[in-house]
Amino acid sequence: MLTAFVWLSDWLIPIIILGIVIYGLLRNVNVYEAFIEGAADGLKVVFDILPTLIGLMMAVGMLRSSGALGGISNLIKPLISWSNFPSEVIPIALMRTFSSSAATGLILDAFKTYGPDSFIGRLVSVMFGCTETIFYTLSVYFMCIKIKDSRYTLAGAILATLVGIITSYYLTLWIFGI
Amino acid sequence: MLNYLWSFMIIFSIFISGFTGGMRDLTTSALTASQNAVELCIKMGGIVALWMGVMRIAEKAHLIDVLARKMTPLLDFLFPDVPREHAARKYIATNLIANFLGLGWAATPPGLKAMLELQKLNLDKKRATHAMCMFLIINISSVQLISINMISYRTSYGSANPTEIIAPCIIATCFSTVAAVTFAKLMYRRKK
Repeated sequence: MLTAFVWLSDWLIPIIILGIVIYGLLRNVNVYEAFIEGAADGLKVVFDILPTLIGLMMAVGMLRSSGALGGISNLIKPLISWSNFPSEVIPIALMRTFSSSAATGLILDAFKTYGPDSFIGRLVSVMFGCTETIFYTLSVYFMCIKIKDSRYTLAGAILATLVGIITSYYLTLWIFGI
Repeated sequence: MLNYLWSFMIIFSIFISGFTGGMRDLTTSALTASQNAVELCIKMGGIVALWMGVMRIAEKAHLIDVLARKMTPLLDFLFPDVPREHAARKYIATNLIANFLGLGWAATPPGLKAMLELQKLNLDKKRATHAMCMFLIINISSVQLISINMISYRTSYGSANPTEIIAPCIIATCFSTVAAVTFAKLMYRRKK
């Protein structure tokens, strides 16, 4: 089972690239030109988010060095001491539901502090991949059609996020260990 | 939102550092963080450009439309209230496929159009329909196949195996999406 996971992680990106390039050739797309065009846009996207990244990494860096970030996870620690879930990840998980860019700032801080190959680093990586911002997405989508009563959408969104976080925790524990 | 959050983070850290006497460290880490951000952008720029290059080939080959058309049976199950020939179907399919491929910027416009079309089927314009709830819950449960941003961050921070998270991400995404769909279906049955 675990070998299958390793295989999937190693092979998926090359398979997607292979599939898309062959499909493009069959469809008479100038694949090289399309690639260069998309890559140019990709660079633009990255440099467009640079100011946001500077602002948030600076703010998170200040929170970290003031000791506030460590203090917050110490405050949370007794609340979740019944589980082995790392308290350092709770602020990241909470932030993820509000703002994707602020969560990115916290995740990069976790990578810097604990390393991307630590348990915390792997857990936040998996968590980030399987969750979305809740409140922002809901307000954008419902506001555009002026819906006031969103019924069970919020409950469903929170449930999906919780399931994603819990699954991430057990998968990371099972596949990589502490 | 970010306006207050960001101000709070900055003001709060400066106050705390003022009390604990860590002002010099605070300044250093603010300065280093801004440099780290630029370094990160340069490092991740390559990976994001590579991925968007490949995805542009997919877009030019109309892969999104082709996959979207194959989704009819799935959409019949998820959105029984939306007629097959209705325009909302096409936008929902395009949004889900774009999200699946990780093309966030290509997912939002059809997503908003899908909501507008679903609103046309809505009798009570202030209240969300089941189809809207289902659509948004699935969107938030995340259906992304590969989070290329996360892989680029991991690479930039020196991970020995940045792509090792792909398989667990896919499985966790499946779990959260199945939970989302089950919940929405149960609510649909209960309130019908």
